[in-house]
Parts: sequence; structure tokens; C-alpha cells
Amino acid sequence: MVIKKPVVISTSKKRSETSDFVFTKDQVRFTGNQVIDAYREKAWKINQETGIPTTKEEAWRRTDIRSLRLGQFQLIKRNEKSSISDIPANLLEPVADGDHGGQIILYANEYIHRLDEDLQKNGVIFCDLLTAERDYADLLAKAIGTIVKPEEGKFSALTGAFAQNGVFLYIPKNVVIETPVHSLIWGAGIDTAQISHIIVYLESGASATYVLEFASKTEEKGQSLITNNIEIYVGPQANFRFVELQSLGRHVWNFTHERVQVDRDGQLDWIFGAIGGHLTKNFAELDLIANGAVGKMSGFYFTDKNQHLDYDSQQNHLAANTTSDLLFKGALVDESRSVWQGMIYVAPGADKTDGYQANRNLLLSKQARADSIPGLEILANDVRCTHGATVGKIDADQVFYLMSRGIARPDAEKLIVEGFFDPIMQRIPFEGVKHRFQKAISDKMGSYLG
Amino acid sequence: MSELVIKNLHVNINGKEILKGLNFTLPKGEVHAIMGPNGTGKSTLAYTLMGHPAYEVTEGEVFFNGVNILDLEPNERSILGIFLAFQYPVAIPGVTVANFIRSAVNSRRRAVNTDDKGVPLLEFRKEVKQKMEMLRMDPSFAGRYLNDGFSGGEKKRAEILQMAMLKPEIAILDETDSGLDIDALKIVADGVNTLRGPDLGVVIITHYQRILNYIKPDYVHVMMDGKIVESGESDLALHLEEHGYDWIREKVNGN
Repeated sequence: MVIKKPVVISTSKKRSETSDFVFTKDQVRFTGNQVIDAYREKAWKINQETGIPTTKEEAWRRTDIRSLRLGQFQLIKRNEKSSISDIPANLLEPVADGDHGGQIILYANEYIHRLDEDLQKNGVIFCDLLTAERDYADLLAKAIGTIVKPEEGKFSALTGAFAQNGVFLYIPKNVVIETPVHSLIWGAGIDTAQISHIIVYLESGASATYVLEFASKTEEKGQSLITNNIEIYVGPQANFRFVELQSLGRHVWNFTHERVQVDRDGQLDWIFGAIGGHLTKNFAELDLIANGAVGKMSGFYFTDKNQHLDYDSQQNHLAANTTSDLLFKGALVDESRSVWQGMIYVAPGADKTDGYQANRNLLLSKQARADSIPGLEILANDVRCTHGATVGKIDADQVFYLMSRGIARPDAEKLIVEGFFDPIMQRIPFEGVKHRFQKAISDKMGSYLG
Repeated sequence: MSELVIKNLHVNINGKEILKGLNFTLPKGEVHAIMGPNGTGKSTLAYTLMGHPAYEVTEGEVFFNGVNILDLEPNERSILGIFLAFQYPVAIPGVTVANFIRSAVNSRRRAVNTDDKGVPLLEFRKEVKQKMEMLRMDPSFAGRYLNDGFSGGEKKRAEILQMAMLKPEIAILDETDSGLDIDALKIVADGVNTLRGPDLGVVIITHYQRILNYIKPDYVHVMMDGKIVESGESDLALHLEEHGYDWIREKVNGN
């Protein structure tokens, strides 16, 4: 039996007209599909009623977005100047082993998508959201708005109403894709909001690997906005490996609501990597909705300069015999800031649950700050839940020990930082992703060490 | 030419003087033992020679091959050829023994030639394997996290493995025998004996004479209250074993 978890409803009411985005209802895209349109109508309505979150709300207490210049943002225009040649080639290369079975690039309201013929023959759908609304509206309607709800917050409502594009991935029953599919959402320019809705649906027994990447270049001045809803359903006995990478420009404000629902005996391996952006607020949730569902979440982050990264993670055990395992590890340099607030929720009756969460932070400068707040809410009797949270510094004795072997201080510190991240690397089954993270460590350590 | 010369060394830790005018010379290729009761500053000497930042040199000089090393960073001292086998090796989770030693070997190569591309992997693996066999270490050891969850014996063997790989000119063994059972001690001593020779001078810092049964020193020095107070040939160690340190204490106080 699926036990519903109470949905948290954002309490912020709108303060005044000037304290909100300026998007209008005629920018909401209605498709003619009743379900999709009803969802967007509702999202629009909630967006209208909901104010920008403030630090008075618990979930936003450590992330202040008052300096986001709401009124400046316009949705991407069709004719906005952007070229696919701006996108660094390495972002398009495979990071999960094997060539891409399909690829979607979304940039400035343009898109490119490609899917191997044999996958198409098997009924796999991997396309941008506009194409999905046109060609697969009924399938899309089955999933859209069912996992991430507009009620969850300002940005889930906003994204639901105004998503300009996105990705739809559908894997039919018992179809196993060996090659990973990849999509890149390339951030838009100054004063532009890029709003994306990503929907993934794996039917029972399906298996796939999906790499979702958010990236953009850094602009010297100004702000860009990215908001995303990511809804994923992993059907009974389905198996999904999901890699999410974020290397947005340093001027980008990034708000994401994402949730994966794992059904009976389904398996999820979810990997996060965040190194970019100016400010990120991310609600990442795992719902284990039926017996035997398993979800693993592994996070890597490394912030520097004035970056601010805030993750809220929820592991919701909504049925018996479910297993979750979360490990997030981050390093911080300069005056950067991270927040991780995690919660394991075990619903009444969700016995024989095994939940684990740990967050480890390594502060590499005096000015950096990490908040690490684990939480447990257990309403069942027979469970095993463990958690841990640490914020530490590089140990001077470790540095001395390495230096006494001829290793110069910067290399010694780098070695220790790499060692710190090793448990995350061990959890990642993809060499390309590991290399990406290793390069991020090198780059960030390089600037930190001068 | 003398390898290591320590002149009138005074060292404070947390403002308290521990070494109080220590003089000591280790000629090239010789093995000297420094013995003494607890709390006389033996480990302070070891850490100071390696350049631990917590140990403040207030007076004196330390020359290695004619270079005053006191202003050098620990890594610079290491590259000159000084090695300290730690009494308490530090665990570094996430960094494997092999990866760590390779970084150390490559640091030395780059110190000689800044364009060095690093030791070829195959060559490195072969040498590590050979040195590990010498120390009777299981090959899986190279893949374990450095000193993380190692037994006392494993830690000390890992120290000697590093010494074998880094080929220093002098090695300071700080209480290397502590926490070792007799079998482990023999393995470690065999390792040191294999490496000793005209190119490797050794300072054995020890509380007990036991290790000196296996690594024969050329000279033995006794340290007390921050100074070397007695020096002699290897039979001095046996004498100390038999009679303890009191006769030296009396002799020192008597003067």
C-alpha cells in the first residue's frame, strides 16, 4: 500500500506586484491536452498566489534571494542570439561509459535531438518537451505534475506554468537501454529566465542511464535565472541510473525541484555533481513508494569565491522493505557557502526500512562556511536509520606527514582533498563522471592554491 | 665529510624548552642510536629535524651536507635526503599507499627536473612490488588507504616501505620498535639492514635496547633532559639494558 506523505505547502503569500517575476498568463503554453493544460492552469494560479520565498521559511532560512532582480527577467525569445558553437565540445562528450544512444541540446529556445534508430524501434522516446507535447501528449499527461507538484513551492509552480522547454524520456516496459542518453541544457543570457521541465518515465522492468547536464558560460555582470522541475518515475523492477551535472556560469541563479519515485523492487542510482552557478537552491527528493524499492544518492560539490549552494534532500520511505543510501560530500574554498539539509522520513507502516544519510564537508578557507543538518522523522517501529554530518578542515598533521615525504604543500593538500572525495568516486560507476569531478577538484584547488 | 651536524640546538614547544643545547653528528653511512628515558626530547629531535611547524628552534644550527636546513620546508628537507619514520604515522583516508608513494616519488623527480612526466607506471609498480616482498607485505596492501586501520606492525612496515622507495641519505627511525611483536620487529629490522650501507645513514631513536639486537648501531648516545649526555660504542646499549639510566643521571648530576 502506498502511504501518502503530507505535502509541504509554501506559506509565503505575495507581498506586492513588484516583488515577483513579470511573466504573464499569455506566456503559459496551453497544448489542447486537458490534463497538461489543467496542470499548467493550476501551476499558474499557485504561482500567482505564492510569493518569493524568504528566509523566514525554514527551507530558505540559510539562502537569501533578495538580491535576485526579479523584475528584470524575461523568458527567452525565439530570436535571441545564441549559437551552439558557444558550447564547449567536452560537455557533449559521453561521460557515462559508452557512446550516447541519444542526445538533446537545449539552448536559447532552440533544440537539437537525436536518438539511435534501434532505440526508436524499441519504443523509446527521448525528445524535447515541445515535441513531446505535440507528438506524445497522452504519455506526457500520464506523468506531468504527478511527482513534483505546483504546491511545493514558488519555483515548482513557476516552472510548471512557464516551462519553455524540457526533456521527455520514456522507456517502455522491459526495454533495456545499454547506451546512456544525454541532454544538455545550456543556460541563457543576462536578464533571461530559462525554465525547463524534465520528465522521465520508466515502465516496469525498463532500464536506462540518463545524464542530465546544466551548463553555461560566465557573464561578467548581471544575472541569469534557471529553474527546473525534474520528475522521474521508476516503475516496478525498473532500473535507472541518473547523473545530474551542474556547471553553470558564476552569474546564474538556479532553482530546482526534483523528485524520483521508485516503485516496487525498482532501483535508482542517482549522482549529483555541482561546481557552478552563483546561487543554487535544490530540493531533491526520493520517494520509495512500494515494497523493495531502493534508492542511492551520491553528491559531489565544490564551491569557491562567492558561490552559494543549498541542497535539501528528502528520503521518503513510504512503504515497507525500502532502502535508501545518501552520501553527499563537498569542499569549499574562498568565502563560498554550502547548505545541506537532509531528512529521512519513514511513514507509518514502512517497516524493515533501511535508511542512511551522511554529509561531509571540508572547509579549505577560514571564510568558507558549510551548514550540515541531518534529520530523521520515523513513524514506523521496525526500522534501521543512521545518519551523520560533519564539517571539518584539512588536518595539519596530515599535511606535515605528506610534506615530510617530499610532497609540496599544494600537492599535499590536493591529495588530501582527493582522498576526502574518494568515497564518492567509489560510488560512481562511470569513469567519465569521475574524470569530470577530478578535473573540478584540480581546477578549484588550482585557483585556491594561487 | 659529515652528513648531519647538529650544533647547540634549542627547541621550544608551546613556549616550553625541550631541547636544551643538543650537539650531535652523524657521519655519512653510519648507524647511530639515540636512547633515553621518556620525556627527554627524543621525538622532539626527530620532528625538529623534519621541520614540524609546532617545534620552534630558538637557537642553534642543523647542517645536512653543509646546508643549514632549519629554514627549509619539510618537503625540501625530504628532497635533500632526510627521512623520518614516524612513531605514529598519520592516517590519510581516501589516499592509497601506492598513490601516495607515487606522488612522493614524482615530487622528487620534479625537484630534479621540472618537466619530468613522472615515474612510468609499470616501472613504479615493479619496484613497489619488489620492496613489498622484501618487507613481506601482501600485494593488496598497496591499494589500501594510507595507515587507515593499519595494525601497529603494518604502519611500521609501511614506513620502511616508503623509506625503501624514497632512498634517503639519512633515515631517522623514531621509536620504530614500539608496538611491534618480535616477528614484525625482525621484518622491519631486516628491511633496514638491507637498505643500510655507505649511502644511508641511520639514527635510531629508541627507548629500549631491543631493536639494537637486530639493527647493530655503530655508536650509541644517551639523551637526557634535552641533551646528549653520554656516547659510546654499541656495548653502551647493553650496559643501559642491564643497569638502566640511573647511573647516567647520577653521573650527569654529579658533574
